[in-house]
Amino acid sequence: MRAPLATAIAIAIGIVVLLGYFVELAILQDIRTLLIGWAVIVAGSATLIGIVNLVLVHWRRVRAPRGRDLLSGVLLAAFLLTVIFGLFLGPSDSNFQRVVTSIQMPIEASLMAVLAISLAYASLRLLQKRKNSMTIIFVISTILFLLLSSGFLATSENRYVAGALGALNQLPVAGARGLLLGIGLGSLVTGLRILLGSDRPFSG
Amino acid sequence: MISFTAVAGLAVVLGATVILFFLNVTLREKLARSLRPIAAFQHLQRAISLAVEDGKRLHVSLGKSDILSPDSASSLVGLSILERITQLSMISDRPPIATSGQGNLSILSQDTLRAGYRANNTLEQYDPDRGRLAGPTPLSYTAATIAVIHDENFSTHLLVGSFGPEVGLLTEAIDQEKAFSLAASDSLPAQAVLFATAQEPLIGEELFAIPGYLQTGPIHTASLLTQDVLRWLFIASILVGCALKMIGII
Repeated sequence: MRAPLATAIAIAIGIVVLLGYFVELAILQDIRTLLIGWAVIVAGSATLIGIVNLVLVHWRRVRAPRGRDLLSGVLLAAFLLTVIFGLFLGPSDSNFQRVVTSIQMPIEASLMAVLAISLAYASLRLLQKRKNSMTIIFVISTILFLLLSSGFLATSENRYVAGALGALNQLPVAGARGLLLGIGLGSLVTGLRILLGSDRPFSG
Repeated sequence: MISFTAVAGLAVVLGATVILFFLNVTLREKLARSLRPIAAFQHLQRAISLAVEDGKRLHVSLGKSDILSPDSASSLVGLSILERITQLSMISDRPPIATSGQGNLSILSQDTLRAGYRANNTLEQYDPDRGRLAGPTPLSYTAATIAVIHDENFSTHLLVGSFGPEVGLLTEAIDQEKAFSLAASDSLPAQAVLFATAQEPLIGEELFAIPGYLQTGPIHTASLLTQDVLRWLFIASILVGCALKMIGII
């Protein structure tokens, strides 16, 4: 068996946290809060380790004998500047925050703009790429609900039209609930596999 | 001390555990043959074989969910897939690469890769740089993963985890490289984007079927059947609830 000690600890802690979620027993709640607190600290440390790993990967790319990546150099320089000024001024300093957000926000906004264009292009290519009934239904429903959401037909005073529109508007809600129910059941069973020790995303 | 909701929740968890255990123990032999064919998984298995034969890389993108958050199940599925992919591509010259958008997920991806190598007694081939934190925010993760997609010689990409609509930029980059992509997410906006942009999108709970179809283990196939049983029980309970409401009992 792979990593028996780590598996036993994971199962025991998983069961205690799960029971603490359902049973309102003071001692169980205290243990659950303590364990989740530890998990948050470990997760914070893991983020730091991940960032060190990210820096090391880009450092090796900059120093690679062949195919050096200049953009990795830009990333390292930006990272160093952010860390130095962040430590010197403090992360809550308004000037520091203004500089960071003035760089980060326009870049993220431009990425979202690229996304909007590429999605529009992908929608146009969809029927060309995948010709099946599901694609046709997807395209028709997208156009239909874009029209409905625009409020174009919402002002109709005819009660039959209003009723039909109301029924149509329930369809995406019902579909989304069905999908979320399926995802919820999948998440439950995935969690159970970890609680039973059959899935071990850790090697110990 | 214990509310009705808590009792119902515990009953669902315990019921699901019993069904999963029963199916895994009693129907172990029959489970592997019980899966219906899904074209996306057949294409995936073919793409993995071709990648190994052609000496090209496989890329598993694990998304950006924190392992402590409620949407971590999709990332855990991604880690199961990563381990299986590592084992399947062990004979390839170019091992798989995993990218993630959370520090704890990147550590788990490194550990999963390591476990795959250790299971095959080839631990000396393990390189921790193949499990990378691409970026700590959703858009920095996307931007860095786009660079990875263009830089490395990938032929197959599996995008399995929690993504936002920005995942469309990843599938667009994969299309530009003329590579194969199978994508699944637990987020509804991401599923809509993936349906329009990915080559093989998986919708809803199909995400949780990937390990079963990659023959990761009988417990994964038993999990699929457990989900089916639970789904029918939920449908029955919803219908009974509707009927009781209509006749005025509740």
